[in-house]
Amino acid sequence: MNIDKNAIFEKINKMLDEDDVVLFMKGDADFPQCGFSANVVGILNYFNINFKSFNVLEDDELRQGIKDFSNWPTVPQVYIKKEFIGGSDILREIAESGEIEDILKEKKIKYSVSTQSTS
Amino acid sequence: MPMPIDILTSLIKDGLPDAICEIEDLKGDENHYHAKIKSSKFNGLNKVQQHQLVYSLLGKHMGTTLHALKLTTISEPIINKG
Repeated sequence: MNIDKNAIFEKINKMLDEDDVVLFMKGDADFPQCGFSANVVGILNYFNINFKSFNVLEDDELRQGIKDFSNWPTVPQVYIKKEFIGGSDILREIAESGEIEDILKEKKIKYSVSTQSTS
Repeated sequence: MPMPIDILTSLIKDGLPDAICEIEDLKGDENHYHAKIKSSKFNGLNKVQQHQLVYSLLGKHMGTTLHALKLTTISEPIINKG
């Protein structure tokens, strides 16, 4: 696919400017269309983090563009304050280790740990 | 299009000769793997960089030939965070 990288990178930068926590995913937050994306939505919800999600399945340019932008071949991808945090595996790891709370505190992102069951 | 486990293993081993690599075929379909990789090449890299290193070894296969790869990367020596 021949796409204008500058244009899509500019668009992604704008997306990252507008929200502190941005998730690029397959499907939307209410209806993820991939297990890995669902996993990340589950983690962000568990910590009650406000985030903005973009569905790459609705935008082929974004789907390829975000992979090039992050140098990361898969979706989902999580950004916090314009920094790439990782995909599904890394989110799960840092959620389990508690490291995610250090990152959220350092980046001054509001969160709280849900008392609801996550199962 | 699936990727046999030995090809996946050799792509990783070629790039990380000291790697201790455990690969599990999660669905038995040669298309959804979990790779646990321990290598000194991960030392000093954060997790994003460690995964990027593995992805770079797989090149264009990732997301095309290979649908899903769950990654666990471990640097060496292991720092036990308790």
